[in-house]
Amino acid sequence: MSLQHISPTYFRVKIDRDYCKKCKRCVSHCSYGALSFNGEKIIADDSKCVACQRCVSMCPGKAIRVVKDESYLPQHGNYTQRIRNIIWAQSGNGGVLLSATGNDRPIRSIFDDLLLDACQVTNPSIDPLRETIETKIFFGRKPQQLDFSVDPKDPNKVSLKTEFLPHFEIDMPLMIGHMSLGSISYNACMAIYQAVNELNVLAGSGEGGLHPDFYEYGKNIITEVASGRFGVDIKYLQNTAGLEIKIGQGAKPGHGGHLPGEKVNSLISQTRMIPKGSDALSPYPHHDIYSIEDLAQLIAALKEATRYKVPIGVKIAAVHNSAPIAVGIVRGGADFLTLDGFRGGTGAAPRIIRDHAGIPIELAIASVDQRLRQEGLRDQITLVAGGSIRYSADLIKAIALGADVGMVGMPVLIAMGCRVCQQCFRGLCSWGIASQREYLVKRLDIDVARNRIINLFHSWNEELKEVLGAMGIDSVESLRSNRDRLRYIGPNPRIAEILNVKHAGE
Amino acid sequence: MVENTIQKGKTIQNNKIININSAPNGEPIEYKTLNEQIHEAVNSGYKKIILNDVCGQRFIGASLQGDLEFEINGVPGNDLGIFMDGPKITVNGSCEDQAGNTMNDGTIIIHGDGGDVIGLSARGGKIYIKKDVGYRVGIHIKEYERKHPVIIVGGIARDFLGEYMAGGLIIILGLKFLPDGNIIENESSICGNELGTGIHRGKIFLRTEEDLEDKLGVGAKLFEPCEEDLKQVESYLKEFCEIFNIPYELIGKKPFKVIKPISKRPFGGNYCGQII
Repeated sequence: MSLQHISPTYFRVKIDRDYCKKCKRCVSHCSYGALSFNGEKIIADDSKCVACQRCVSMCPGKAIRVVKDESYLPQHGNYTQRIRNIIWAQSGNGGVLLSATGNDRPIRSIFDDLLLDACQVTNPSIDPLRETIETKIFFGRKPQQLDFSVDPKDPNKVSLKTEFLPHFEIDMPLMIGHMSLGSISYNACMAIYQAVNELNVLAGSGEGGLHPDFYEYGKNIITEVASGRFGVDIKYLQNTAGLEIKIGQGAKPGHGGHLPGEKVNSLISQTRMIPKGSDALSPYPHHDIYSIEDLAQLIAALKEATRYKVPIGVKIAAVHNSAPIAVGIVRGGADFLTLDGFRGGTGAAPRIIRDHAGIPIELAIASVDQRLRQEGLRDQITLVAGGSIRYSADLIKAIALGADVGMVGMPVLIAMGCRVCQQCFRGLCSWGIASQREYLVKRLDIDVARNRIINLFHSWNEELKEVLGAMGIDSVESLRSNRDRLRYIGPNPRIAEILNVKHAGE
Repeated sequence: MVENTIQKGKTIQNNKIININSAPNGEPIEYKTLNEQIHEAVNSGYKKIILNDVCGQRFIGASLQGDLEFEINGVPGNDLGIFMDGPKITVNGSCEDQAGNTMNDGTIIIHGDGGDVIGLSARGGKIYIKKDVGYRVGIHIKEYERKHPVIIVGGIARDFLGEYMAGGLIIILGLKFLPDGNIIENESSICGNELGTGIHRGKIFLRTEEDLEDKLGVGAKLFEPCEEDLKQVESYLKEFCEIFNIPYELIGKKPFKVIKPISKRPFGGNYCGQII
């Protein structure tokens, strides 16, 4: 390869020779092969560094710093380094570029343009530390109204006539998004499932099956039925809180899954129920679903297969016409609907789709919520929304826009140690999160990771209560779709119109 | 000990056969009602269930387990035996789409035609169809450990046969069953286009002299079957012929062609990872 075709590096690994003890710990910890020992000193290959910070954290002498390499390229406001690197990579390789995590383009966040209301004088706020504020919600299909029958002989004997469809209670309006064993490691899955079990919230299994070790956490796991039907057998259908038909994912709407054969080791093979070493290809569409009627058929099939015991939902990526699709899904019999916005995460997706397809979750929640209310369907189902709910403020705003439950992925990974280096698809995660290599996976301590997730969501729940208290609302269910408690301060009044949120000052 | 007694109790009832009428008073009942009746019968220990006058009811046999036997008179609806794990279903007639959808184990025998997308994502079991089938049959069937799905079709198939196939066997025989009971060679093309597109494991056998080269999909390659290949299908073919009263010698009158994947990773080179 001639010199002019080598992509410039992003980072520089600086080793302070005065502090370096030459213990080579950094070399063993760098899973990307950026560090080596040449017999005399530690040397760095900057082109391989992904700035995952593992060496920095592990160096006993604190001798390493990873800094930004910004001196190389002539500046150009339009042909940024990113664009140039994409072109160099593609002209060198000729393939579809992969990427991980969520859309990283600096597109303005609508959540950041929304402000919350608080009580002053005319309605009292509530002190969440001393009064009860309810953050639990009911997940699944809800009856439109309750019917009672009164005993003709004894009018005091009243019994409920309405038959409830499958639903259950969770303690916070929160679900950890679908990350399969395959995209993340066994230890990461275990930490997540233990945490949601402890918190009584939900986690998604992803489409890669459910390892038998995780069955005991099934009451807090929503398992996924995707186009590849990996790992879907009777035990999978039985050990679950709810089943979700995955139509799309925010990071890659319209795209199938592709777990490369080299990642299909015995653990993945066992969980997905596919042979070792074979690619795990998820077809782009479900080939038994070409219409809303077909979708209704699969919903009905799953209800039959689970004997009407658990809620059945559908996940779609937030795209241009999500609202009418959502109506079809609810009319098709879904008990819950999951919307995944264009910033939603992934372990591997073509960069072109991750960065350019779909719409922001804020707009999708608002339009779906509005349309379902127009059709008189909104209160029947649970609406789960995700796609970059980064912290509690985003969760609160998503609920006020119309979601029942916020779906969260990246913050969970970051809580476990992820530095957002965006190399998940390479399977080399030095923190043991997005890897299947045993020597890397064991770096992630399950107990530590679990406790950090529990702490994170405990703090979110407390912050949610603080905000509800300040708004004078005593239950999170009363915040849902309560857009009057939001105001818009962004640059585009059309967005406020679509969100059905007033501008600040109005 | 308690468990043993219960199981013993069940085995005593095992010989019992139950008939369920799917259209009492001439009106077909809802699939939900029919399936509820099937589950009640299974829970009361019936091992053989005969369903009469079946008229398009969906999801028959869904997620049922064990050595149950179903005989269906009529035409069952879509998703026959979906998620099924073990039972045997015989249909005295044709079936609609997606029979054997995501089946884990069991046998489905259709004494007629099959619809589209038969055996979608099946992981194990056998699906034997006497006559013709529609589009995308055997899509994404996959093998795993001792699980090895087998689909045999006596007639012909349409486009996208064995798409995304990740294991198992598909055999198409290209026969035609005349109303008078005679069996002749089917003159129509044995399969449609995009044959085995995306196949990355498993084999598709086609009993034909046709040139299939132009019909092959991405990742599929045409071979003359070797001795080992033919040996692999022999017992399944004998079983198929026995079930549908086809003289086994008839099978040998035309040669087989076999489609195999070019790689376990047909799309491995399509993607590249780079630090951007």
